Amino acid sequence: MDVLGIIFSALFANNFILAQFKGICPFLGVSQKPGSALGMGLAVTAVMVITCAVTYPIYTFVLVPLGIKYLYIIVFILVIASLVQMLEMILKKFTPGLYSSLGIYLPLVTTNCAILGVAQLVTAEVAATSAHFAKTLVVFGKAVKISMAMSFGEAVLSGLFYGLGFTLAIILLAGLRQKVDRLNVAKPMRGFPMTMITACFMAMAFYIFSLIG
Amino acid sequence: MKKERFNQIALDGLVRQNPTLRLVLGTCPTLAVTISAINSFGMGMAVLFVLVCSNVIISLLRNVIPDRVRIPCFIVIIATFVTIVSMFMEAFLPSLFESLGVWLALIVVNCIVLGRAESFASHNPVGESALDGLFMGLGFTLSVTLIAIVRELLGSASFFGMELWDPSKFSIKFFTSNAGAFLTYGLFIAIFNVCYNAVDRKLKHKHAQQTLAPVTVAETKEAE
Repeated sequence: MDVLGIIFSALFANNFILAQFKGICPFLGVSQKPGSALGMGLAVTAVMVITCAVTYPIYTFVLVPLGIKYLYIIVFILVIASLVQMLEMILKKFTPGLYSSLGIYLPLVTTNCAILGVAQLVTAEVAATSAHFAKTLVVFGKAVKISMAMSFGEAVLSGLFYGLGFTLAIILLAGLRQKVDRLNVAKPMRGFPMTMITACFMAMAFYIFSLIG
Repeated sequence: MKKERFNQIALDGLVRQNPTLRLVLGTCPTLAVTISAINSFGMGMAVLFVLVCSNVIISLLRNVIPDRVRIPCFIVIIATFVTIVSMFMEAFLPSLFESLGVWLALIVVNCIVLGRAESFASHNPVGESALDGLFMGLGFTLSVTLIAIVRELLGSASFFGMELWDPSKFSIKFFTSNAGAFLTYGLFIAIFNVCYNAVDRKLKHKHAQQTLAPVTVAETKEAE
């Protein structure tokens, strides 16, 4: 699969938040300040890369050969939860500085659709059931089909760029909210409704990327 | 169980703490499935089943699960029921399974289910927890289906899959897009807040009058 295609689709055309609606809870909850948005985004990116790197071999070399694919939900969520716990402990022990800025977001990452979603995307058969989320894109003159069977390298790469796409979207929203939250709007519209409408305009802008080609 | 407790749980789930419109939890599936009313209803029912079952089991085990590892325990229990639901749906409702796709599996990380386990089922008796799951699930189903009806009507001119008029004559494609999902959901929260606050104020006013009335009668009698 084309590397550029994966990067473009993960960052823009199939952006996790604005095109696939995964990870909306932290998107709305942790976007008051650009600083905390960046922390959340980086935590999600780190966990996504590790998740892809770990769930891909588990799925391909354990669950499929043993014929227990149907257990993937339980296995994946347990693996992710313990991974996040481990990452938190390692950060606390070796890099206390990074832990104090990133650590508080890590427990939130466990119960996040984005992480389980990316674990599913990189496993081929699961992705086939959600075929309508997969889009065939023509990027730079080449047809790229997203969420086909991937190799290990592609899985990790797409995990990294889905995470960066998440970071991009959450920082953009945090920047916009710096202005939007200060606007004098009608009282019932304050808070979540205004954030949703801001996100609506962002989704419109990102929709253009899926038309490129 | 007392009738007041029943009313309290029912009202909390349907109105006061409506997971979708008041607490704004479980936003990801709400935005994704509301593109069609049938999908939303199916999703709502799946969440309802998972909520009731996981609430009952967690409530039964609430004195057994150690406090420090409660979140992993909850997640495993929830994941078990999600697996059951998705296997059931794959076998008996394959078309719905196909169109819900990844969102069925993602019920595991739905904030509503884990939130109710954490805040209600882990320290309340079984019967109340089951009721809470039922009404929270109903609250989710109702609001999601309502949003979906509006989006489907405006976006593709149909109601639960039945075409009402020719979509080429009048339909706003915007409402079937991702951006339309955000806009509709945001407006729904705003409208629900307006209605809720108006009713709340009225009820409080009425309540204040009712509690005031006997006092004033007694006072006037004393004065006489």
